[in-house]
Amino acid sequence: MRRNQVAVVGAAETTELGVIPNMSQIQLHADAALNAIADAGLKLSDIDGFATAVETPQQVCHYLGITPTWVDGTSVGGCSFMLHVRHAAAAIETGLCNTVLITHAESGKSMIGKQLRATPPDSLNGQFEAPFGVYGPPSMFPIPVLRYMKTYGITHEQLAMVAVVQREWAAKNPRATMKEPITVADVLNSRMIAYPFRLLQCCLVTDGGGALILTSADRAKDFPQKPVYILGTGESVETPLVSQMETFSSSRAFKVAGPLAFKEAGITHGDVDHLMIYDAFAHLPLFGLGDLGFMPHEETGKFIADGNTRPGAKLPLNTNGGGLSYMHSGMYGMYALQESVRQMRGIAPAQVPNARISVCHGVGGMFAASGTIIFTNERQ
Amino acid sequence: MAEAARARPKPTPETQHFWDGTQAGELRLQRCDACAHVYFPPRPFCPSCASRKVSVFKASGMGRLYSYVINHRPAAPGFTPPYSIAVVELDEGPRMMSNIVDCPQTPEALELDMRLEVKFEKLDDKITLPLFRPARG
Repeated sequence: MRRNQVAVVGAAETTELGVIPNMSQIQLHADAALNAIADAGLKLSDIDGFATAVETPQQVCHYLGITPTWVDGTSVGGCSFMLHVRHAAAAIETGLCNTVLITHAESGKSMIGKQLRATPPDSLNGQFEAPFGVYGPPSMFPIPVLRYMKTYGITHEQLAMVAVVQREWAAKNPRATMKEPITVADVLNSRMIAYPFRLLQCCLVTDGGGALILTSADRAKDFPQKPVYILGTGESVETPLVSQMETFSSSRAFKVAGPLAFKEAGITHGDVDHLMIYDAFAHLPLFGLGDLGFMPHEETGKFIADGNTRPGAKLPLNTNGGGLSYMHSGMYGMYALQESVRQMRGIAPAQVPNARISVCHGVGGMFAASGTIIFTNERQ
Repeated sequence: MAEAARARPKPTPETQHFWDGTQAGELRLQRCDACAHVYFPPRPFCPSCASRKVSVFKASGMGRLYSYVINHRPAAPGFTPPYSIAVVELDEGPRMMSNIVDCPQTPEALELDMRLEVKFEKLDDKITLPLFRPARG
């Protein structure tokens, strides 16, 4: 895909985030979509391309009253929206549609109008993982952590610092769910969830949603908001079974998606001003820093523990507070994308001064899928 | 109120040999006749070279502890926390999820790379699960 041919011209989250007991999941989609439409200065009838995950495109399009000529229902977990951005950019560039709306919403906390995810007993997950007591992401996502720690010499304190530093970012964000400062001791003394991870190393469970609007870069200059261009993209999948990953020292999906996006963008790691790495759990930023090639995996824990990703430091990471402290409705990728767009527009609550390039890396399932989007606010 | 039961696997035509094996006290894997790749979970073709000529064989039942969590909450139906959810690397190469039993469910007792052996646990008349315990001797 060619660089900077497509731009984000509308971006918004739901009016409220956190606990939203007065809205069903489909209405959260609509709330985010209407906010994004207003942000872009458009009407719903201007939308001719639509993408969403978990809910089907027909559910949300009907609810909103949209008649699209291009739809994408890619649903690979929390990074689905990174894949939607990639697919939408390709669709716009090839002329399949002009203006794409991507929505995410989840009533993750209040569970209103949300279908439960079931594991059929005759699926591979149902036969070869469920009988051994996995029960939701906290029991599955951290399974690789101990092997990763042993392979690279990562410590419990370093993994606790991931949560500490992200809380520092969250403290600057009025919309963050958790803003009180925490220490390494607070993390290591919080309630055990699935050893080696404790409560403060696991993402929040909240309600919310977000929506993006994309169009061609040529049209983008006529919109009210500062355009945010798509500089590079990547995607991949590995396995729905965490036990069957090629290795626990790395994520194959990360290692495919991340470098693909860097290559397409034509940038080096030193060009990155701002970084989002989907942090459903505290080990994900370490996997991301290593697999995206920022540094060898051995150095990732020390890099974060030494404060290199905190406010004011050289590599601002998860500047909204992340899934650990900002919000996590179940599929956090949309919120990572929203923060990258805010940073590129220059309007983030914890704005990185003069940021020009933002890398936004997502994970789906338990390392099952991955998508990477690189944004810039400079067309050339 | 009856206690909720552990999730029970339901075999498919492609996996039936594996579940027949555990019932017979055998841990069965598959090997590609063309490229000798040993793989899991079961499927009637080689995921490495796509050959449909594959054979089922009895594995040693020995392996090492590759990684794990000790789950505290939320606990799955049929489990009493804390309990280990482990990934075992079999001597033949493939890895599989299981539980480590017959030892304390603590980080001290569950040492990465410790030797393990399969222990079959009968769930009911049709399903026996392959669990693992510290290897003896």
